[in-house]
Amino acid sequence: MKLTLGPVLFNWEADVWRDFYFRIADEAAVDAVAVGEVVCSKRMPFFDSHFPAVIERLTRAGKQVLVSSLALVTLERERKHTEALAQAGEWLVEANDVSCIAHLVGRPHVVGPFVNVYNEGTAQWFAAQGARRICLPPELPLKSIAAIAAATSQAEIEVFAFGRAPLAISARCYHARLHKLAKDNCRFVCAADPDGLPVDTLDDERFLVVNGVQTLAHACTNLIRDLDDLAQANVASLRLSPQHCDMVAVISTFRDVLDGRKPPEQGFQELSAIYPNAPATNDFLKARPTTARSLHGGPAA
Amino acid sequence: MELICPAGTPAALRTAVDAGADAVYCGFADATNARNFPGLNFSRRELGEGIAYAHQRGAKVLVAINTFPTAGEQALWHRAVDDAASAGADALIVADVGLIDYAARTHPGQRLHLSVQAAASNPAAIGFYVRQFGVRRVVLPRVLTVSEIAAITGAVDCETEVFVFGGLCVMAEGRCSLSSHVTGQSPNMNGVCSPASHVVYREEGGTLVSRLGDFTINRFAKGEPAAYPTLCKGRFKTSLGSGYLFEDPVSLDAAAILPGLRAAGVTALKIEGRQRSRAYIESVVRGFREQLDALAAGEKPPADRLAALTEGQSSTLGAYRKTWR
Repeated sequence: MKLTLGPVLFNWEADVWRDFYFRIADEAAVDAVAVGEVVCSKRMPFFDSHFPAVIERLTRAGKQVLVSSLALVTLERERKHTEALAQAGEWLVEANDVSCIAHLVGRPHVVGPFVNVYNEGTAQWFAAQGARRICLPPELPLKSIAAIAAATSQAEIEVFAFGRAPLAISARCYHARLHKLAKDNCRFVCAADPDGLPVDTLDDERFLVVNGVQTLAHACTNLIRDLDDLAQANVASLRLSPQHCDMVAVISTFRDVLDGRKPPEQGFQELSAIYPNAPATNDFLKARPTTARSLHGGPAA
Repeated sequence: MELICPAGTPAALRTAVDAGADAVYCGFADATNARNFPGLNFSRRELGEGIAYAHQRGAKVLVAINTFPTAGEQALWHRAVDDAASAGADALIVADVGLIDYAARTHPGQRLHLSVQAAASNPAAIGFYVRQFGVRRVVLPRVLTVSEIAAITGAVDCETEVFVFGGLCVMAEGRCSLSSHVTGQSPNMNGVCSPASHVVYREEGGTLVSRLGDFTINRFAKGEPAAYPTLCKGRFKTSLGSGYLFEDPVSLDAAAILPGLRAAGVTALKIEGRQRSRAYIESVVRGFREQLDALAAGEKPPADRLAALTEGQSSTLGAYRKTWR
């Protein structure tokens, strides 16, 4: 099974972002790396200058590079950026909105987890238009994943296997709203929360995190103990989504368990130590709601 | 502009038609539509009768088959498309690419509307559905300003429809799994959001606690009106303070900007609320009918009598006004 590093979803400082990818290129046993701003177009200018160097370094290190498109496209500059990305033809593009796919039809591309692929009919349709890989939405249960993979031979099926699952995207920026700022004058306050801003319930249960216009689960999806099920379901690739932790270690832990060098339980314990910020969950895969009890590492403090 | 009204039951359909709806939308009583609530929606026979009733009075019936089919169980959704088409539905409201493809191939003459659940928020996305599947109308997601709606309407080769009244999604529709995370039931997969089956109210020393699944969504002091615990309309805590982080418990009321929506070139106005009572449907549809008739006649619109019907009696223009963002 292949490993794909998903795009950084949070607003990391540009130099930190660049160095993160340099280290991934140099040290991480990952097959593919998705790069690009998915959440907020206002962040794009910060990374632009580092983009060519990051892509070159990853490519030279033998990683397949996917350039990820924006998930919610409304503004004129967002539409132009998405079209330019898709038309460039330089990179394999991971489309996170149907508007991006519109420009990619007939050419090889990847369908990202923000495009709704819930069943085999949709997966087959996208594959017929040139999708070589489809990363399924994180909320899909194993039964759906298996049914889609069994029926979609033309495209590889990828599953969201590590990281806080993205749950929603909005036109409204919650970071700006919390800081009592207008979105257009947000001062990039989301950069203060490189792992998301915790949102607890009024009864102090850990619940969600917000990341600008995006809302994610507090819990960290971790499917390292489900790899046999995923392999049996013909999943071709696992997506590891960057959190503010040692992602090189996360990648090597997955690689070790996949290659039989470590038992899954040991890998699970190691991941909990590498990323102690959030309890692990596989609730979406198991088609059950998240509860305090279902979260490993015990109920959140 | 056409007035598109919700019908959760055959009685509500007749009420909406009699109150002046140009079209009603409804769905089958199963997971194929995005208001899959107990006791709601239509059997095959009821749909046929509803279509006959509406057509006799010059109104149209649009059938919503706008959830995303479950993998391995697509036949249920395919059957819904087949049955709605053969019942004489004026249009099918669909969201899933595979299902739209099925509908377009199997029923080439059938008019297709792109559901808000497809989250087509720009001309390229809408153009894709028009070119690939011949979609004739798009229901725009509630993330756009009026000027963005005007720009999109001018740029696409299909009609546009926008929400003007009722429940307000804060997140981009069709791209939200908050409810799924907490209850295992989601709009995309099950046609429900924050379902009542997972809601618990608890009394704690004079405070009313509302919970969804295993999580507290709100706490209400004595005498404070308790809103339904829809996840994105709850009160939460952050290091920057607590309160309605995502959205207050308000609902959408765009009656004040109908002239702007007409100028934007919008074809149809949609009222949310297939789960609402007949009395509610009657009042809202009649209210908007009066507004639209006055607008068409160039008269001063009657005073907005709908305020009392909005959630918690408070309303918003939502994303239609740029400052909402």
